[in-house]
Parts: sequence; structure tokens; C-alpha cells
Amino acid sequence: MEWVLIGIMLTAFVTLGSGRLSNCIRAVALQGALLSLLVLLPSHSFSDSHHVFLATISFLIKTIAIPALLAWSLKQAKIKQEVDPTISLHLSLLWGGILLVGAFSGAKVVSLPTAPFPFLIIPVAITIMFVGFFLLVSRTKALTQVIGFLILENGIFLFGITLIGEFPLTVEMGVLLDLLVGVFVMGIMIYHINKTFDHIDTKALTLLKDSE
Amino acid sequence: MLAGIQIIVLLTFSPLFVGIITKTKAFLVGKKGQPLLQPYYDLLKLFKKDVVYSTTSSPVLKIAPLVGFSTLLMSFLLFPLFGKAPLHFEGDIILFAYLLALGRFWALLAALDVGSSFAGMGASREATIGALSELAFFVGLGVLAYSSDSLSLDSIFLWKLGHSAWQPVFLLLFATFFLLLLTENSRMPIDDPNTHLELTMIHEAMILDYGGVELGFILYRSTLKLFLFMTFAVSLLWPTLLSFSLASLVFLFFKIAGVAVGVGIVESTLARIRLLKIPQFLIANFMLALLALLVALSTGGN
Repeated sequence: MEWVLIGIMLTAFVTLGSGRLSNCIRAVALQGALLSLLVLLPSHSFSDSHHVFLATISFLIKTIAIPALLAWSLKQAKIKQEVDPTISLHLSLLWGGILLVGAFSGAKVVSLPTAPFPFLIIPVAITIMFVGFFLLVSRTKALTQVIGFLILENGIFLFGITLIGEFPLTVEMGVLLDLLVGVFVMGIMIYHINKTFDHIDTKALTLLKDSE
Repeated sequence: MLAGIQIIVLLTFSPLFVGIITKTKAFLVGKKGQPLLQPYYDLLKLFKKDVVYSTTSSPVLKIAPLVGFSTLLMSFLLFPLFGKAPLHFEGDIILFAYLLALGRFWALLAALDVGSSFAGMGASREATIGALSELAFFVGLGVLAYSSDSLSLDSIFLWKLGHSAWQPVFLLLFATFFLLLLTENSRMPIDDPNTHLELTMIHEAMILDYGGVELGFILYRSTLKLFLFMTFAVSLLWPTLLSFSLASLVFLFFKIAGVAVGVGIVESTLARIRLLKIPQFLIANFMLALLALLVALSTGGN
């Protein structure tokens, strides 16, 4: 299980360090696949319909539906492949390291019960949430912000699966559905921003005015 | 006795692995390639030649290759190739790292000494890369020291005998040291060992003013360094055997040949990274080492 958790962490770092949008989308898809795999890994979870259902649905949404949607809007928007971050990729990676250290030392303090999963799940969840936040504030394209949002949600999901026993399935489903709808809305928005302004730079959104 | 064997193995076999890398690269692009023993012939040719010095150079140029060569031999003696390391004491990982750094420092001095603009440019690039790659190197050594609870390379690599090597920490460390191996030996994604275009080369630019025996020593040193780093990386996953025998020699040979083939494959599948992107690669490598450190700390050693 530690392998999967480290893989999840590394995919988050790929999105921090990679300069191409399509690589970011692929990394997020891989992260979703690893997350759904992680749900199945504790013993007896194959026989538990709750786990299997959650894993299947999150695989369908996080690995297939959302990345396909993102790839589609990337193609529709006909934008450049570069990420253009406001903080350079080198510094983003270094910030990632700082977040990593913060998350690990924070997780020691919180010491939550993680029962079927190794202790590593807490620092990984915190790091991924932080990385998601970081991507949200440091990237300007609407598409990369969706990716940051997705990674943030993946971190919350990781926290959530430690409570899977007590958590009703409907809540998880609700969160996943919200996510899908959110990404849909953002996809449509990206398309419209692009149609109106010829780019999807969200910095320009502050300039929105009524038409004269 | 053991020291003698270790040095002999290092000196005789290391050019062979450079040959294996070149052969792999040639095979993957569908060529026949140089003979496997070509590095030996090249070295022999260079050792037969005379030396010519530039009129602007000082004795630093003459001393540097010898310092580089001898520091590398020293650092190799700290490494346990068969059973115990010939030289070992508590804290020798620091000596190991600094001996390698000393060799690099003298190579930089020599490059600056001749006053050629290309060599100076190469030196500046090498210094940048060195500064960033040593971050990952030291963190990696720190993880090893922490998880084996000792500061000597000897006990670090022998300690691994009793434990499973296939833990996340060690695989992360292997990845770190493999990328360091590519960086430190100016292999493909960082620096193309075959290029002789002054604007892009790093290591080759620094040694433009060398010729003859001294160039031979420098090239010999770089094959030895490659051997050392390959052994280091591979010993993280497949620990050394306890005693010197034919079996352990063959085991060692296959381990390192495996890494050499791996390096060959990586080199022929990856394109060279742009010079501006190299720091990012090295920072990513540092992050990998940092992750290994944190995982080691949070799982409480071993």
C-alpha cells in the first residue's frame, strides 16, 4: 500500500514540475487510478460491495471521465501546450518540498487513526491537498486550475477513505458527483472564455466589464 | 590484500562497462557499434602520447588530473565491494562525499587555469550542476545513515544484508542515485558524452586543453567514476556478497553490467534536456531524495 501512496505523491510532483498541460492531465488520471486501486487494497475489501463500488465509480470518474473532458477542452480551446506558471517550475518544485516537510511534520502532531492503511496516508493526503492549493494559486490557465482543484479533491478523498467504514456510501457518491459536475461547468466555462477572449488566462478575468 | 584486489578490479574492469553502455546504445539504434574493448584501446593510445601544455597555464593544470584520479581511488577504498571495505571508520560517508567534491573542485580549477573561454563556460556549468546534485547526494547519504543507524559506508552496505532491500525507501533512493549517476558522469539527459559542440557540452568543454597522458588520466577517471556510481546505485538494491570469491566477482559483474545496459537504454530513449531545464531536473531529484528521507523518518528507520 505504501507503494501506491508514494506513487500518488509522485504524480502530484509531476503536475508541479511538468511544463506541458497534457502531461499534467495524464498525471492526474494516473493519480485517480492509483486512488481507486488504494480503496481495494485492504484485506476483505473485494468482498465488500461498498469498497468495490466506490473504487469502480471513482476510477470511472477520476481516470476516464474527467481527464477525457479536460483533454477535450484542451483540444477545443486550441491553446498552447505550455503551463505558464506565475511561479517558475523550479520554484514550484522547491515549494513542493517545503509543503512535503510541513505535511510530514504536521501529520506527526495530528496522529489520526488510519487503521487499515499505513500511517503514510495522512502526510500524503495533506501534501496532496497543499499541492492542489498551490497549483490553484500559482497557475494562470483555467485548465491548470481545474487540475489543481482535482488534486485538492484527491487529497480530501484520501482523508475520506480512512473513515470508509463509518462513512455512508451516499456521501462519497455525492462528493464524486459534485466533482464531475464542477469539472463539467469549468469545461464549459473554459470553452466560453476561450471563445470570447481567444485565451484561457484567468488573470484577464479581472478586466471583465459591461460592454459599452 | 582486500584493498589490492578492490583496486585491481576497479582498474581493470571499469572501461569494459563504458564499452557495454556504448554497445547497448549502438544496438538500440540498429548499428554494430564500436568493439566492446574500444575504451581500453583509446586509453592505451592516449597513454602512449606526449603532453603539450598551453603557454598560459600554470602547474594547476598538471596537478589536477592526478588529484582527481587519486581522490577517486581513495573514495573507492571506502566502499565495501567484497565484504568489508578496505578503509572504514565511523563518519567516512562525509569523507566519501568530500573526496568526490575535491576531485570536482580541482577539475574546475584546471578548467579556469588555461584561460580558455570554453573551458571557463564548462566550469561554470559544472559548478552549477555540482551544487545542485550534491544536495540530493547528501540527503541520500543522510537517509542511508539514518536507516542503518551508522555513519560508515561499510556498515551501511553490510547492514543491508540482513534486511529486505525492496522497501519503498530503498527504491526511491535507487532512483535518486541512478539519476545522480547520470548527472555526475555527464550521461545523456544532462550532457551528451559524445558531443563536441562547444556551446552545449559541459564535461568535455572543461578538458579541451588536455592532451596525451593527462587526457588519458582524465578519461580513465571518468570511467572509474562511472563504475563507482553504478556500483553504489546497484548495491542499494542488491547488496554485496560477504567475501571475495569467483562467485562474488561474477555476481558483481552481472549487477553492474545490468546497470550499464539500463544506462544505455535510458541514454538512447531520452533526448538531452535543455541547459536551462537541467536545474529543474536536479531539483526534482532532490525532491525524490527528500521524499525518501521523510518516508524513512515516518516509518521509523529500517
